[in-house]
Amino acid sequence: MKQLLTSTTIGIISILASAAAAAEWHRFRGPEGNGYIPGNVELVTELGKKTTAWTAALPGRGLGSAIIVGDKVFVSAASGPQQDKLLILCFSDRDGSELWRRSFWATGRTMCHKKTCVAAPTPTTDGKHVYVLWSSNDLVAVDLEGNLKWMRGLTLDYPNASNSLGMSSSPIVAGNTLIAQVENDSESFAAGFDLLTGVNRWKIDRPKMANWTSPVTMQMDGKVIVALQSGKGVMGISPSTGSELWNFSSGASTIPSGAAAGDTLIVPSRGMTALKPNSLGGEPVSLWNQKTQKPATASPLIIEDRIYFTNSAGVLTAADRKTGKRLWRIRMKGPFSGSPVACQNGHLYFFNEEGLGQVVDISGDTGEVVSEFALGETILATPSISQNSLYIRSDQTLWKFSAPKQ
Amino acid sequence: MLVTSPIPGRISGMRICLLSACCALALTSSGQAEPSPDLTKQIAIIQAVGAEGVGNSDAAKAFGQLSRSGPSSLLPLLRAVEPSNSIARNWLRSAIEVIAEKAATSGHPLPLDALRGFLKDRRQSPEARRLAFELMLEIDLEGTERMIPSFIDDPSNELRRDAVAQILDRGKKQLADSDEAAAKTYRIALDAARDVDQIQDIAKAFAEMGIEIDLPRHFGFLTNWQVVGPFHNLERKGFAEKFAPEEKVNLDAAYEGKEAKVKWQSLSTPDPYGKVDLNKPYGKLKEVTAYAYHEFTSGEAREAELRLGCKNAWKIWLNGELVFGRDEYHRGQRIDQYKMPIKLRKGSNTILLKLCQNEQKQDWTVQWEFQLRVCDATGTAILATNRPEPSTTRQ
Repeated sequence: MKQLLTSTTIGIISILASAAAAAEWHRFRGPEGNGYIPGNVELVTELGKKTTAWTAALPGRGLGSAIIVGDKVFVSAASGPQQDKLLILCFSDRDGSELWRRSFWATGRTMCHKKTCVAAPTPTTDGKHVYVLWSSNDLVAVDLEGNLKWMRGLTLDYPNASNSLGMSSSPIVAGNTLIAQVENDSESFAAGFDLLTGVNRWKIDRPKMANWTSPVTMQMDGKVIVALQSGKGVMGISPSTGSELWNFSSGASTIPSGAAAGDTLIVPSRGMTALKPNSLGGEPVSLWNQKTQKPATASPLIIEDRIYFTNSAGVLTAADRKTGKRLWRIRMKGPFSGSPVACQNGHLYFFNEEGLGQVVDISGDTGEVVSEFALGETILATPSISQNSLYIRSDQTLWKFSAPKQ
Repeated sequence: MLVTSPIPGRISGMRICLLSACCALALTSSGQAEPSPDLTKQIAIIQAVGAEGVGNSDAAKAFGQLSRSGPSSLLPLLRAVEPSNSIARNWLRSAIEVIAEKAATSGHPLPLDALRGFLKDRRQSPEARRLAFELMLEIDLEGTERMIPSFIDDPSNELRRDAVAQILDRGKKQLADSDEAAAKTYRIALDAARDVDQIQDIAKAFAEMGIEIDLPRHFGFLTNWQVVGPFHNLERKGFAEKFAPEEKVNLDAAYEGKEAKVKWQSLSTPDPYGKVDLNKPYGKLKEVTAYAYHEFTSGEAREAELRLGCKNAWKIWLNGELVFGRDEYHRGQRIDQYKMPIKLRKGSNTILLKLCQNEQKQDWTVQWEFQLRVCDATGTAILATNRPEPSTTRQ
């Protein structure tokens, strides 16, 4: 029996290790949407010129993260005085050379606050196609070679679906559905789109209020479900039908998104709240609530049994995922618009709005900043990690950091 | 983005045939070689994409075939942009980009002369002509850039912008030596400029030279209004409620307002960018609604655009017909925030605006204002024949 368990355990570990090795950064805040990617233990912990693998010039504004598929890095942008030329850019992961770019004329309104921009949402992928949403509500699918597969102009279809401050919710792929929250003060909705054709699989009304959070996947009864956050709370839905599975009605933040670990969702709500949905529906169980823990713009990060988040003063807090109790906190150099990310190398990666990269060692009793590197440009984006490399973008530049080649 | 021009829904086979025929006709009437039947068919399939993703699957197949065609397809594809809807235009654009990219990779030359001819044809889509210009830049940078001054009155704002930018550069250099020479140059730039940021740069230069310019007239902002209010907007319900002015505008009438009888009154704005501030006649009120009314006399029946900037909830009617409405509060305002295509009739046209202020108390929610102009699709002002003549002191 013991031998059987051991061999089973080894098998599971092998599968997990394989999955970890295969995991890529396919969407906003990584493969699970919580800022963490397993593996990548060789990612550099010092950011600097020596570890800058390459930089690539970007032809338009954007703050959505890079996503990585195999040897290609994808970024969205928007150019022109009104940011009405929408761009998808594909770079070689090897040397940062631009492999192709596609341009689209925006069909929706491109007005947004000067701090944000039209290419605010992070693209996503199912590994075969790249799906890109802009604040103009233009939604495009291209294959990895840049061939257009479908396009939707969601403001053409739903003319009052827009936010004059700008939209930033990043779409995600769950099963065979692309899910986007198009939430605003007027024609507010979420929809699931067929991955192959872009037609609506479902569309549901959402609270009429501005909302910049992104959908998050989580587990419930062994199945992948999607949590939609808004100022009203959080609703769990079936990704294939959009039908409501549960509803947390005590309100939540409209800027930092929640983060899931298995069947638990950590939500910026009344401070921070941990939710465990009830498969029978209704209100999920509130496992804990920490009113003093208030993430600011950046979304929380989950690594195994710990949560990390920054507040409006730039203080990084580490908390116990099972109780929400604070373990330690240190002051970082903020403010942060982008969210922190991490892999399995025991470090967190931050970039503040001034473009200062900061690496925090979390292996000790408290966090310690072990590396700082000024990029010299405003950074509002969240970094990405894939294949032992770190990617970050500004309006003008895309950087890749990795260990120098021997 | 025009707020009231949704793309068509499902399009029948007959519609596809008609689109196809129109495309072929357009091509032959332009004196160019007729595209192959296959190319015409693929273009028609792409032009048939409609609302909510209708036609995407067929368009993807057509795109696959188009993207394998050679540079000879570029001109038919560029010409097909003009009669296409907003989504189809992007399919065509993407096919053009893929074909051009493959040609560049394989060393096949792009048809420079044909592209130049297309660029010069101002009947074609302004966006497609700009795309042709960008393709030409890749082939012949210097020769193509020499064309920029000819764009000074181009219907493509993107092309015109480049020509204006060159003139502005000249004006800036002249400012160091001679205000008089610079003023002449900036005058040329102002007459040509349609992009708001360029116009603002020009206005700033004129202000520094001590020269007053009539910006409301340049933009076509409506500056003289009749207003009535306040009506209520409790719990934001005033947006949906039909107050008396929505039933019938009678400038002599008195209505039951939020707290008292209310009457129409004149309100003019001196703001250079046409902002009409409702807080001035009514005070800084909350949870209120007002109406603004204007009679615009057009010298001819024509297509036009209403362009509105407003951070309050609003509805707008032209000649009694609702054009559009939006219930968003205090998320920002800018010139030309909303572009609404309309048809002006010859003679008097009535414009009625409903403006709702909500309950928010923050400093940034005080504004209760709008800026509205009438222009053509390029942003060129359309001036009413009953517009007051400009002051003689202004340029």
